[in-house]
Amino acid sequence: MDRIKVAVIGPGNIGSDLMYKIFRSKYLEMAMMAGIVESEGIRRAKSKGVKTTIEGVDGVVREDDIRIAFDATSASAHLKFNGPKLKEKGIVSIDLTPAAIGPYCVPVVNLDQLQQEPDINMVTCGGQATIPVVYAVSQVAGAAYAEIVACISSKSAGPGTRANMDEFTETTSKALEVVGGADKGKAIIVLNPAEPPLMMTNTISVKVKDTSVGFDRIREAIEKMVDEVKTYVPGYKLRVPPTMEGDRVTAIVQVEGQADFLPAYSGNLDIINSAAVAAAEKIAERMLREGRNG
Amino acid sequence: MAERKITFVDTTMRDGSHAVRHSFTEEQVSQIAGRLDKCGVQLIELSHGDGLGGSSYTYGFSRTDEFTLMEAAAREIKNGRLTVLLLPGIGTIADLKQAKACGAKAVRVATHVTEADVSAEHIYAAKELDMMAVGFLMMVHTAPVERIVEEAKKMESYGADYINLADSAGYLMPDDVKERITAVREAVNIPVGFHAHNNMGLAIANSLIAVQSGADFVDGTLRGLGAGAGNAQIEVLAGVMKRNGYETGLDFYGLMDLAAEVVEPIMLRPQTIDNGSLMLAYTGVYSSFLLHVYDAAKKYSLDPRDILVELGRRKMVGGQEDMIIDVAYQLTQKA
Repeated sequence: MDRIKVAVIGPGNIGSDLMYKIFRSKYLEMAMMAGIVESEGIRRAKSKGVKTTIEGVDGVVREDDIRIAFDATSASAHLKFNGPKLKEKGIVSIDLTPAAIGPYCVPVVNLDQLQQEPDINMVTCGGQATIPVVYAVSQVAGAAYAEIVACISSKSAGPGTRANMDEFTETTSKALEVVGGADKGKAIIVLNPAEPPLMMTNTISVKVKDTSVGFDRIREAIEKMVDEVKTYVPGYKLRVPPTMEGDRVTAIVQVEGQADFLPAYSGNLDIINSAAVAAAEKIAERMLREGRNG
Repeated sequence: MAERKITFVDTTMRDGSHAVRHSFTEEQVSQIAGRLDKCGVQLIELSHGDGLGGSSYTYGFSRTDEFTLMEAAAREIKNGRLTVLLLPGIGTIADLKQAKACGAKAVRVATHVTEADVSAEHIYAAKELDMMAVGFLMMVHTAPVERIVEEAKKMESYGADYINLADSAGYLMPDDVKERITAVREAVNIPVGFHAHNNMGLAIANSLIAVQSGADFVDGTLRGLGAGAGNAQIEVLAGVMKRNGYETGLDFYGLMDLAAEVVEPIMLRPQTIDNGSLMLAYTGVYSSFLLHVYDAAKKYSLDPRDILVELGRRKMVGGQEDMIIDVAYQLTQKA
């Protein structure tokens, strides 16, 4: 079966993990790894038989047949160079930085509406882990307020996250509103250095607007949503099942990573990468379909 | 030789916020801030207990918006500095800018003891806003001395004006405090401070040994109002420091009167070392977890001590109050 050629820009931990996930895909072909220096990540990609470039996005746009690019660099690089250059070349950007030139994407919630977008943003790891649950609740009972606490192990928080804690909280808060459907969103992130490292956990609290729908319907909606996320993030599960007190619904989810490249405790990185690949696969499917029809 | 001057930081309206479940009113903070200022307290901290942006389901909602409280307090402060706490991951630079607009002149940027690098952007921002910036390391009982030194140096390199070590669980023994303060004092070129909790009855003793080991800043609260068994009681600290020959610049009677007339009447419970508080220190758990643990114990019909032991075993850090429910739920599943 045909596959769509994709590139990964940024051969760090995220980029390398993406590469392994793309290797497993039925719809995507790992055509290029792009960096800006001869790095360990570039060598790793080469050793796996992947074509590489150290000219960054310029190396990617010189290729003729790449249709989708994952950007795992930085917000400023995506804003200034990668986003505009990919767009000019007609390559779809899956943006894993906080740049967010394009709309936020949480595959299980809104991917269907974003399939024609030239640039989609994957929010944050905490957003991918919690927005589906908030959306499930807001669909059945409305959400006046949604609050999440994401706890990630210190070891899985890279220098980018550490230098930009505000980007995490602000982006996630906004996406809880825009994608999750809450009138107001609030996000908190905590790093925990315990050894052995803790799995990523996320506590979600929603103030519902309409308690008359009853807890059973809300619980069912959450459980159904968790199962849907699990189709692309196998290690996603409810740690503490939903409870309801007054108009507050609370649930705790855990994300165990697939340990493709990063260890299992890095569920935070696994979920954003899994979401990015799921989004790209859906777009690739459409491209393949259109290719056949056209 | 002249008496060494100690700078007092009052955190009644920040750490004490936990003990009153974030219920301070404009009138209360006006009185407390105004009178602390008249008593000569130089740094007057006011924020939600978990810092800027702390008002939430997880940490408890503030009855009055903290920025409204800041404005009320700032109007009364003539000599001291209105100070706020900011935990990166909870509060943001946008919150800090708003705090400054409401009259804050200093910020203490607090991180878990091993995670100082997350404070860099907030310390830089504070300096750009022309605010005093303090590097505040929490839960210092959990890391070896060399690591604490390393993290303190990072905060110094970002531009912190002093380093504050917080014994957030009230776990440390006086010798542990001495070792930590001495090591950090030797390693950095800025002053050092100490924040005690009284969970093992050592808040005053630990604060004294911190000062004797070279700390120039010391935290306290009126009547000890604070998370867990509370903090070092500031009116007691004033007396103890004076007796030990340090210059406090404080009005000793004025602090006593303020504690008796304003703070004592608003306390929800006596600031004693109850069993839960003692267990915080024993298990090394962050003090502000206490009241949330009591709530969860009631809801799940558990002994709060069992929840605290498990939280300690899991090495939960400041800000992870959400995990109390997780622990309580998992314990009921085992039972």
